[in-house]
Amino acid sequence: MPAPIRPLHLAVSIDRPGVRDAESYVRAARLAERGRLDFVTLGDTLGPPRRGESRLDALAVLARVAPATRRIGLVPTVTTTHTEPFHVADAVSTLDQVSNGRAGWTAEVSATEAEARHFGRRAPAPADALWREAAAVADVAARLWDSWEDDAEIRDAATGRFIDRDKLHRVDFEGPGWSVRGPSAAPRPPQGRPVTAVDATRLPPREAAARHADVIYLRTGPTPAPGAVRAARDDLHARMRALGRDPGRVVFLASLPVALYAAADAVALADLAGSWWADGVVDGFHFRPRDPDRDLALLVDGTVPVLQHRGLLRSFYPGGTLREHLCLPRPANRYATAATAGRTA
Amino acid sequence: MTAGRARQRQPQRKRMHLAVRFPGAGSATVWADPRAGSRTDFASFRHLAATAERGLFDFFLLSEGPRPREHKGRIHDLDAVGRPEPVTVLSALAAVTERIGLAAAVGTAFHEPYELARRLASLDHLSGGRAAWNVVTSSDDAFLGANFRRGGGLDRADPYARAGEFVATARELWDSWTPGGVPRPFAHHGRHFSVSGTFDVARGPQGRPVVIQAGDSGEEREFAASAADVILTGHGSLEAGQALYADVKGRLAAYGRRPEELKVMQGVTFVLGDTDAEAQENAAEIRKQQVSPQKALFAAERVWGRDLSGHDPDGPLPTVDPDPAVADSLAVAARWRAVAEAKGLSLRQTVIEVTGRQSFIGAPASVAAQLDEYVTAGAADGFVLVPHLVPGGLDEFADRVVPLLQERGAFRTEYAGATLREHLGLPLPVWKG
Repeated sequence: MPAPIRPLHLAVSIDRPGVRDAESYVRAARLAERGRLDFVTLGDTLGPPRRGESRLDALAVLARVAPATRRIGLVPTVTTTHTEPFHVADAVSTLDQVSNGRAGWTAEVSATEAEARHFGRRAPAPADALWREAAAVADVAARLWDSWEDDAEIRDAATGRFIDRDKLHRVDFEGPGWSVRGPSAAPRPPQGRPVTAVDATRLPPREAAARHADVIYLRTGPTPAPGAVRAARDDLHARMRALGRDPGRVVFLASLPVALYAAADAVALADLAGSWWADGVVDGFHFRPRDPDRDLALLVDGTVPVLQHRGLLRSFYPGGTLREHLCLPRPANRYATAATAGRTA
Repeated sequence: MTAGRARQRQPQRKRMHLAVRFPGAGSATVWADPRAGSRTDFASFRHLAATAERGLFDFFLLSEGPRPREHKGRIHDLDAVGRPEPVTVLSALAAVTERIGLAAAVGTAFHEPYELARRLASLDHLSGGRAAWNVVTSSDDAFLGANFRRGGGLDRADPYARAGEFVATARELWDSWTPGGVPRPFAHHGRHFSVSGTFDVARGPQGRPVVIQAGDSGEEREFAASAADVILTGHGSLEAGQALYADVKGRLAAYGRRPEELKVMQGVTFVLGDTDAEAQENAAEIRKQQVSPQKALFAAERVWGRDLSGHDPDGPLPTVDPDPAVADSLAVAARWRAVAEAKGLSLRQTVIEVTGRQSFIGAPASVAAQLDEYVTAGAADGFVLVPHLVPGGLDEFADRVVPLLQERGAFRTEYAGATLREHLGLPLPVWKG
C-alpha cells in the first residue's frame, strides 16, 4: 500500500487518573505503538489531586515509557508558570535524548490560586499574561536547544579540547521578569528541537500557539461539529501568516473525547476522522479515551485498521523520530553561522 | 557467589555499601581514549547502571550538568561538558534496571520544593521504591543564577539555611499522604519557603526517597546528621576516615537517631591491574590522560592568575610570580615549585603530582582488601566509586573485585530487598502525619 500523500496524523491520551504503576502506562503506549499512532500524550498539572487521586509527573512517566517503546512519540504536558524556563527546556531535551528523538511537550499554564500557593512565589495572574509568558518559555526553550550546535562536541585530543567553544552560544534571553543567559547544560537534542504542542481551543493561548507550536490541538465536545474547529483553525492560520509562519508547517489536530463500546463505534469514529480529513478541517486527531483500557484497544484494533484499509493511515513507521512521524523537518540551528559551518568544512 | 552464600549462615560481618557515580565534566574524566564513549547517549547511562546492578550495587548517582565554566571571559573548552537532566534519565533507567537505586544530585538553589519533591516522588513510584536525592548546595550562586528566575544573590552567609528548609519542606510533602493513600493538606511557612495546599503524589514505596548529603565540613556533617540517610564524604587516610566517621555518627544522638540510620560513604576512584605493579603503571597512565598538556596549563593559569598560553607545559613552572590578587596564589605556587624542584618535574608532571591521585590502586585482591579494611576499621560504611571512563569504567570492578568482596563476606551476594532503603539497611520512615 503506498503511503498517502497527505498523511492522517493520530495521537492518543494515555491519562490514567490515580494510576501509579509504570506498567499501565507502558502497556497503553505499546498498544498505541502497535496502532502506529504518531504519539501519546499525558496530561499534567501542578494543582492539588482531583478527587483524592494520586498523580505522577507526566514527563517522568513518559521517560519511564521511553526505553519500553521504540517508535511512538511521547508528549507530556509541562507547565510554564511556576517551573524555571531553564528546567523546562532541560527536561524536555532529556526526554528527547532518552527516547532517541521521540519527545514533544504540550505547553500549559498554571492559572489557579491553589497552584500559586504550592509555590508561594507569585500571585495568580490572568490567562493572557500567563500565555505571554508561556510563549516566552517556548521561545527560550527553542533557543536553549539551539545553544549547542549539533557538532559542538569535538573531542580533539591534539588540542585537548572537548568542545568547540565557538559552537556553544549564550541565548541572553529576556522574558517577562526573568532572563536566561545560556548555553544549555545539555547538547542539542536528537530532533534539534523537540515538538512543541499547544491546546489553542481557547483564545488566550492562540498567539503563543501561532508563534511557537508545531502541533495545535483544537478540542471538541462529545458531539463534534467541524464548524468551531474550522473557525479556530482559520484564526490561527491568519495569525501565523501575519507572523510570517507557514501554516502548512504546523499539524492541526482535533482533540476528541471518545468512548467506544463496540466495533461499530470504532468504525463510526473512522468514518468521522475520514470525512473531516477529506474536508480539510484538520490534519489529524488527538483522541481522549474515557476508559483508557477499553477505548484504546478498540481504537487500535477497530478504528486504525479501517483507516489503514482506506489508505488514509500508514501501516508502519517510515521514520524514527516524532518530527518524522509528523512530517516536520528537523529545524536548522539559528546560531549556526556560515563562519562556523565553513570552518569545519 | 556460592562461597558468599555459604558464609551468609556464619555470624554476619560488616558488609559494605557500594554505589557508582557517573563521572563529572572535570579532571577525573578521561575522554580522549578509544574506549571512552558518549557521555550523553542513553545507552551510556544504561551501560553503567546495568554494570552496577550486575555488581549488586546499592545505587547509581547522576548529577545535574553544570553551567559550562568560563575562563578568560570565554567558555572553557577542555571540560567534558554536556549532561542531560538527571531525574529524567533516572526515570528512563527505571525501565531497564530492576533493583539498583537511582540517585539524582540536584541543587536546592534554583528549584522549588513542590516541583522537585513531586518529580522525586514520581521517580520513587516509577522505580518501585529506588529513588534518592543527593541534596546539592551550590557554591557559585551568581554564576548559575544567570539562568534562573531568582537570579543570583542568595544569602551567602548561610548557604545551608535554604537547603535545610528545602529538605524539611520536601519531607512534609512526602509525608502529607497517609500510608493508606489519603492526601492531607500541608502548610510550611518559613524564611525561604512559604507554601501550602495539597500534594498530589501518594506516599511512595520507600515512604520517602533516600536523602544523600555530600560534604565534609562541620556544617555539612551537622546537616547530614539532622536530615540525611547517607553522607557522601571525601577520601583520605584510614585514620582521617575513622575520625570523621566517629564524629558524624556521634552527632546523630542529638537528633534522636541511631548510628546505623546514617550511612557514611566515601567518594573514591580506583585503578585495577593484573598485579599491583601493573595497576600502578595504569594509574600513572590514567593521570597523564586526565591531565592533558592543555589542562596542566589551565591549572597553572588558575593558580598564577596570568595568561600562560605561550608557556610549554613540558617545560619548567613559570618563573614569573603569580598575581597576588588571586587567593592563596603565592602559597600554592610556592608549594608547586617545591615539589617540582625536589623531584625535577615539568609543569605538567607537577600538576599530575599535586592534584587528584586515585584512591585505591592495585590488583583486584588488593583493592578488595583495602576497601574492606576501611569498612571493618570503622572509616566508612561504603563507597561511591567514580570511574574515569564512560561507559565501561566499572566493568572490570564488577567482574573482578565484587566476587572477591563477596568471598570475604564483605559484600552482599544478592539483593535481599526491592527498595533502596532495604539495600542500605535503612528503616522505613515512620509516618508522623
